[in-house]
Formats: sequence, structure tokens, C-alpha cells
Amino acid sequence: MKFAVVVFPGSNCDHDAYYAAKHVLGQEAVFVWHKDARLGGADAVILPGGFAHGDYLRTGAIARFSPVMAEVQAFAAAGGPVVGICNGFQVLLEVGLLPGAMLRNRSLKFQCEHVYTRVEQTDTPLTLACQAGQVLHLPIAHGDGNYYAEPDVLAQLERNRQVVFRYATRDGQVTDVANPNGSANNIAGLCSEARNVVGLMPHPERACELAVGSADGLALFESVVKSVAGLRTVA
Amino acid sequence: MTDWAVIERHGLTRDEYARIVSALGRDPRPTELGIFSVMWSEHCSYKSSRVHLKTLPTTGRLVLQGPGENAGAIDIGDGLAAVFKIESHNHPSFIEPYQGAATGVGGIIRDIFTMGARPIALLNSLRFGPLDDPQVRRVFAGVVAGIAGYGNSMGIPTVGGEVNIDETYAGNPLVNVFCLGIARTEEIVLAAASGAGNPVYYVGAKTGRDGIHGATMASTEFDDRSAEKRPAVQVGDPFMEKLLLEACLEVIATDTLVGIQDMGAAGLTCSTSEMGSRGAAGIQIDVALVPQREDGMTPYEIMLSESQERMLLVVKRGREAEVERIFGKWDLHAVRIGEVTTDGRMRVLSDGEVVADIPNRALTDDAPLYNRPIAEPAYLRDAQALSFAGMAAATPSEAFRQLLAAPSIASKHWVYRQYDHMVRTNTLVFPGMGAAVVRVKGTARALAMSVDGNARFVYLDPRAGTQLAVAEAARNVACTGAVPVGATNCLNFGNPERPEIMWQFAKAVEGIGVACRALDIPITGGNVSLYNETDGQAILPTPVIGVVGVLDQADRVLGRVFRSEGDVIVLLGEGHGELGGSEYLKTAHGAVLGRPPVLVLERERALQRLLVEAAAARVTRSAHDCAEGGLAITLAECCFDAGIGAEVSVPLSAGATPAAFADLATLFGESASRVIVSTAPARAQDLVRMAAAANVPAQLIGRTGGDRIRIVVEGRTLIDESLDEAEQVWSTAIEKYFVRPRAIA
Repeated sequence: MKFAVVVFPGSNCDHDAYYAAKHVLGQEAVFVWHKDARLGGADAVILPGGFAHGDYLRTGAIARFSPVMAEVQAFAAAGGPVVGICNGFQVLLEVGLLPGAMLRNRSLKFQCEHVYTRVEQTDTPLTLACQAGQVLHLPIAHGDGNYYAEPDVLAQLERNRQVVFRYATRDGQVTDVANPNGSANNIAGLCSEARNVVGLMPHPERACELAVGSADGLALFESVVKSVAGLRTVA
Repeated sequence: MTDWAVIERHGLTRDEYARIVSALGRDPRPTELGIFSVMWSEHCSYKSSRVHLKTLPTTGRLVLQGPGENAGAIDIGDGLAAVFKIESHNHPSFIEPYQGAATGVGGIIRDIFTMGARPIALLNSLRFGPLDDPQVRRVFAGVVAGIAGYGNSMGIPTVGGEVNIDETYAGNPLVNVFCLGIARTEEIVLAAASGAGNPVYYVGAKTGRDGIHGATMASTEFDDRSAEKRPAVQVGDPFMEKLLLEACLEVIATDTLVGIQDMGAAGLTCSTSEMGSRGAAGIQIDVALVPQREDGMTPYEIMLSESQERMLLVVKRGREAEVERIFGKWDLHAVRIGEVTTDGRMRVLSDGEVVADIPNRALTDDAPLYNRPIAEPAYLRDAQALSFAGMAAATPSEAFRQLLAAPSIASKHWVYRQYDHMVRTNTLVFPGMGAAVVRVKGTARALAMSVDGNARFVYLDPRAGTQLAVAEAARNVACTGAVPVGATNCLNFGNPERPEIMWQFAKAVEGIGVACRALDIPITGGNVSLYNETDGQAILPTPVIGVVGVLDQADRVLGRVFRSEGDVIVLLGEGHGELGGSEYLKTAHGAVLGRPPVLVLERERALQRLLVEAAAARVTRSAHDCAEGGLAITLAECCFDAGIGAEVSVPLSAGATPAAFADLATLFGESASRVIVSTAPARAQDLVRMAAAANVPAQLIGRTGGDRIRIVVEGRTLIDESLDEAEQVWSTAIEKYFVRPRAIA
């Protein structure tokens, strides 16, 4: 299968996502420049982490206007798997593919560290190969990862089982101490109502090899591969 | 008529002014006076330090580029080069901590990518005053946030560094930033202009009035009016720099450039004159073509502005369109502002009218050079004598806890959690776990790097102190299993016009040379920061050494922490109970006294070779250098973050220390060339054999395991602490200064 990694000016985890897809998983991967109006026939799209357009305004607020985003929205509307990681998640919120917004971390500081994340739903392209309740050791690296949504939106997200990842303790307890940034309901990742668009703050692409601290992110990439294979079978 | 007041405001002496007149054959025009002022400043000309720096070893089998370019380069095999340098941004960081530190990071990153290298790692070496001072905390927090803000946006991991505390830095913090990049050796680009008629391009941010005379500011002392210099600090734009980084690397790969240099200190002035001088060519530019942020800027202001994120490029004639297309892709404007000439002059026009016309050499190679007077400082004799008179020895347990909480020793987790240290997915050894190690993708190799400098040792004996600094940085690198191959230095001192400061400087450089020669680690570049004084009080002399090492097999990398219970703990090297200049004396008695530990470079070299050999053979499972806090603190650091305790038993090694302090000297003395390693029991004898063959003392001192840290000396248990409690003290000591007071319920 083929991953498209979108490159905004200021993206800085684009190479990492590309490396994970291509060199760790052995799949095809291409970079797609934000001014391009085509996704190059990709089977799945990754919006990578970074500081698109500098993020001097709200995170992701300018990136949503990049020409490629119209194509990403069309791809998502057609059911294609779209994964937003960190800044990519923030872009998905801004463009309206996922609900809610990001506030500054409650520490008011940038935080880079490994955290534990519990997989809540396994019927998304990013979690197909995971077990429900599985706890993943994944890095976070952000200053604005404190997820916020109005109470009725949160209730709806929960009702629709759209919360895909939650910050948890090592043994899977969802507690305030395990919440690194103050996110509502310990939310670390969400999917769209149609479940094919997934955003998350932790960085699975940084956790694909034990040598760099964790290989727990591999299951998420493998899920995308499996889900694309499944889509093909259906087609 | 010569206006001496104007000349003095430009930081020039009467003698220097006379030299300008003689170089030009006339009085300088106003813009020319400004240009000479910045180029002849200490910051740009190294006029006080150059005679000493010339004595350093700068060549070697692996050196691809020594000092004099934007950065040094070392051959690391596989057709690749490690390009690295360290630089200071001390003065701006005191005046405006966030932006001062941020632009320091921006500056060193530009130095690396202008060489054609992709930056992959940042380190920093920071010095602040005591943290109970709210002003110091403000500067500390601002500096850390600034480093994080810039490095994180750039997507370059900050993988390590050091933080030290001393009263002398309260009004003069040190911010030294190190960057390392990887280039294909054949793609390294130099900052030289050549080829008459080749176009000169300006790329990046527009020029504003910020930072004018920043280089001159960095060449004077601070006083109570320093805050008025705030406009001389620039504001960083990491997004602009990220675009420049990507665009420049893309352009460099097309082989369309003759040379490239960033505009750092002294901006357009420095880049045009240095590029011309290096290429034995001249450059002519017209300032009216320079993109400007505000109206009505004079040629003087444009030439001296230190606006950030700007580059000067010399493009091969006929390739202009390719270069402009790539910058256009990144929404950057590459503007042609002049061309290369053959006359060796820097000619500046303003709408066609000549405003400066100076021989390049007068600004660079022929800049003033001073062999300033040196004199042994008066403090030295008293400071070196360590009598212990009037000192009450602490109990080992008290001293242990006090040292764990000393900010120089305590965990820096609060700091590096704010740095993205994992982006680019190369980081094999995380911050705080020993020397930083990043793998080199596409090869089996990794690079280890460490920045170190013990200013107390340098204060007490500069020549010995810098040898210890070189040895420590190289030892940290060797602990990971990497072979140290090159070094860079950042020399932070007081006012060089004072003979005792110049003496410290001269002796310190001498010591660096001695150690680098003995350990075969050439210096490939660096930076000097003088005038680090506030109201006449100089900082401790603080040379910081950055050493880079190559690890051939990345999967053999070692960190500081114990790996499993029941391993054998081995002390390599010998303790001599040396408390001189120690963290113990400073923390427990507020004293900076004695002589630094004795260093025998031959032994150091043997130890480092053994460390590399043992790691490659998978005989050792962890390795940690004995530094501040000596054996006891080092052992504790091997346990922390691993959740594995330890029990060791060592002989008394008090040397000449009086009996009352003998136990403390054994536990906390900072004798050089010592490393605590752990090994699986089945391999312990292999290690002993290897050590014997290498002529390195090796003592089996105990075992890992349990939940306590226990140290027995001559059969007496001197330290017996709960691992959890000790780790709690160590891990929260810095953080607790910054926890915001909670509302009282």
C-alpha cells in the first residue's frame, strides 16, 4: 500500500512518518507538498506533526487553508483513511473533520515524554490490529494538547464511541495523574463519525523501534495496512 | 575634524582609528566607521584570543574542516561527515532570556546547515546564579523556554547538555548552544565567494533595525544600564528559519552555489567581507536592493542590522533561475543584491552611490591582534591552599542528601521535558542518561556527544581545569562505547583587558591543547565570549568543551543506568580522596578551594580505550563517569531511573585529606579517570582481564539489586539510604523551585 505524508511548511515529523511507513513497515510512501492538489494515488493520508506555518496563530489555523486540504477532505469524504498526528490532529480539528479544539497544556509548558495510552476502539483504520483496552507506551511532544469540547459534544463523542485513545496509567487506569496535559475525559485521540478519520496527540511514528524507546506504535501503522487491505478486498 | 566621542561610542580606541585611516588612506565615511566598529569588535575579530587559539591542535586524519568556516567537520565513515560547533549567546540571554536563548539556537543551526549539513541534534551548556533568587529563576525559565521554543519548532531534537549553578553567574548567565548535522562529505559547502560576476543573493527575513551593534554589546561588560541595551537583542522566527533550512538544503543539493553564509553577528557586513576574504575576491552590493522591514533605513543601519534568519548566497552564473525557483517553492524571496568582483574589496552602494569601499583584508585577516598582558591572579595562592580549618565535617548521610539536591547534580528532568528530544527518531540515549547518542540512519553507526566544563577546577587552576574538562567530555562519550574523534570549545571569560583574566584564558587554552593532543581529539572550531562581567565581578572562568564520538555499531550503545539485578559493579580507575574544587566543598561549606584532581592523560586514554573495547565486546552493560559528587553520587545516578539498588564496598581512599574528612573524601572526592560500570556476573572476569591488559585498575566493588543504596568503606556502612527516597530528593530538587503556589483552599 501507499502512504501519502503531507508536508506543510513547518511540518517537522514528516520525515519520521515517512521513515516509519517506508523503512520500518516496508510500505510505499510519498511526500505530498501542501500546495499540491493531488494525493498521488495514496491509500492512506498522514498529516504529520510539527508547526505548520509556524503555528503563530492557533495551531493548525492556517494549514487548513493549504490547497492540499481540499483534496484531503474529499479523500476523507470518500471513506479513505486519514491520520492526523499531533499538529496533524490540530489541523483536523481546525478543518472540521474532527470536533473540538486544543488548549495549552495545563502545565503551560511544552512537554516531551513517554506516556501510556489506552486503546478504546478497534474499529478504526488506526487501531484495527490492536486489542480493546490495550495500553501503548507512546511519546508525546506538544505545547497545545489539552483537548477541549463543549459538554454536549463530549457526550456525543462518548455515545458514538469516537474516543479512540485515552491517557491512562501503565495498567490501563484512566486517572487524572495519568493525564499529561489536562485533556477532557483524558482524550488522547478521536475518530470521525464515519470512523475513517483519526487524530491523536501521541506520536506512533516515534515508537516503531525498541532502539528509540518503544515499538508500541507499530501496531497502529500495521492497522492502517490491514485496513487498506480490507478496503481492497471489499472493493 | 575627528569626533572622538563618536569613535569611542563605536568601541574603537584612538590607535584603532589611526589604523582605519591608514588602511583606507583617508578618514572613514560614517557607514565605514560602523563596519569597522563591528568587524573589529572582540566578538567578530577575536583580537584578544586569536594569538592563543592558534596554538590549539586543529588537524587530524578525520578532520575535513577545521576552524575558520561556519562549523567544523569530521569524517565519520560511509561517505558522511559530522558537522558541528558550539556558540555562546550569553549577553543577549541576560537582557532578554527567551529571545536571547532562542536566537542563539537559531544562529548555531544556521552555521550547521550553511555547510550543507542536515542538523540532527542540539545540546546546550547553561550557567545560572542560585535558584533561590527570583531574578535567576526568571532568567533560567526564560532561557529554557527560548531554547525549547526555537529548537522544537525547527524539528531538531535537543538531546542533552548540562546546567550548573554558581553565584558569579547571577548577573551574567551563560547560554552555550551546540549543534551537530550530517552532510555527505562531497556536498560540504564553504562560505567563500569566488568567480567574478557571479551573482550575490540575499534570502530570508527582511532587514530591520533590530540588533544594531549586537556584536559590540557582546564586547563590553554589563552594568546597571544594561537593560537599556534591550533593543540590541533580536527576535527569532523559527518558522522562517525552518523554511530557510529546507530551502537551502534543497538548493545546495543542486550544486548551483559557490558559497553560502548566514548573517549572524554583524549581519550583512560580516557575511560580505568574510565571504570575499575567504575566496580572495571582492563583493559589491547595493543596500537599496536589500529587502527592508521599515522605511527610511540608512545604509549604516542596513549594514549593521542583526535581524535574524537571513542568508547570503553566491550563485553560479547562469543557474539563477533554478535557485530562485526552489526558494519560490518555499515562499522565500531570493533577491540579487550584488556580485562578486576581483578587487578584494567590500564595496557598498546605496542607489548607486558608494557609501563604503574597504579592502576585505582590513576587516578580517588584518584586523587588530592583541597579545594582551597576563598576570597570575592574586586570589590563586590562597584559593589553592585547602586547610579544612574551621570546617565541620558533615555526616556522610547528610552530605549525600545535600548533594543529591544540589542543582548542579539534581535531575534536569524539568528542563529537558520542555525540549523535544525525540523528533527525527534517532535518539538512542535520552537526555540525563549520559552522553547523548543519536543514530545515523542509513548506516550501522551512531554519534555520541557531550558538553562539559567544570568552572571551579578552571578557577583553581586553569591549565589543569581545562584538561579535566576535555577528559570528562571525552570520557562521557567513551562511556557510551563511542570513540571520541573531534571537539569544539566555547570559552566564556571575563574582561580580557584585565591581566589576571587574560592569564586565566591563556592557561586554559594551553590546557585544552595539551589534553586534545594527548587524547587525539582535534578542535574543529568554537567560539570565545569575553567581557562576561557585571559591575566589575567576573564569572568563574568557564570553558565548555563539546566532544563528538563515533560508535560503529549503534546497537552496542550503553547508558548510565544499571540494567538488571545481580550484576557485578566494577570501579575502573582509582580514587585519591581529592576534595579540591569539589561539589561537596561548595555545597556543604560554600567553599571553592584546593587544587583540582590530578589527571594523568596516559591513564585517561587507556581508560577510554577500555570503555570502547568493553562496550563493543558486550562485556559491560552500563557505564557512568564519576564526576560531581564523586563515587557516592555516581553510584546513586546508576540506580536512578532504573529502579535497581546497589551495595558496594570500597577501601578508604583519602589521599592527603585530614582524618576528619577521610570518609567524605572517599565518598565525594572527585578524582579523575574513574567510571562505574556494570557487567553480567559471567563476564566480570573478562572485564578484569581486559582491564589488566589495558593497564587500567579495576575493582569489583559490589552487586546491583535491592531497594537501597548502600556504601561500605573499610567494613563501616557509611551510606544506607532508601533508593526511592534518594531518587525523590534528586528528581524534585530543581522542579520545586518552579512549582507555582497553589491557591489555599
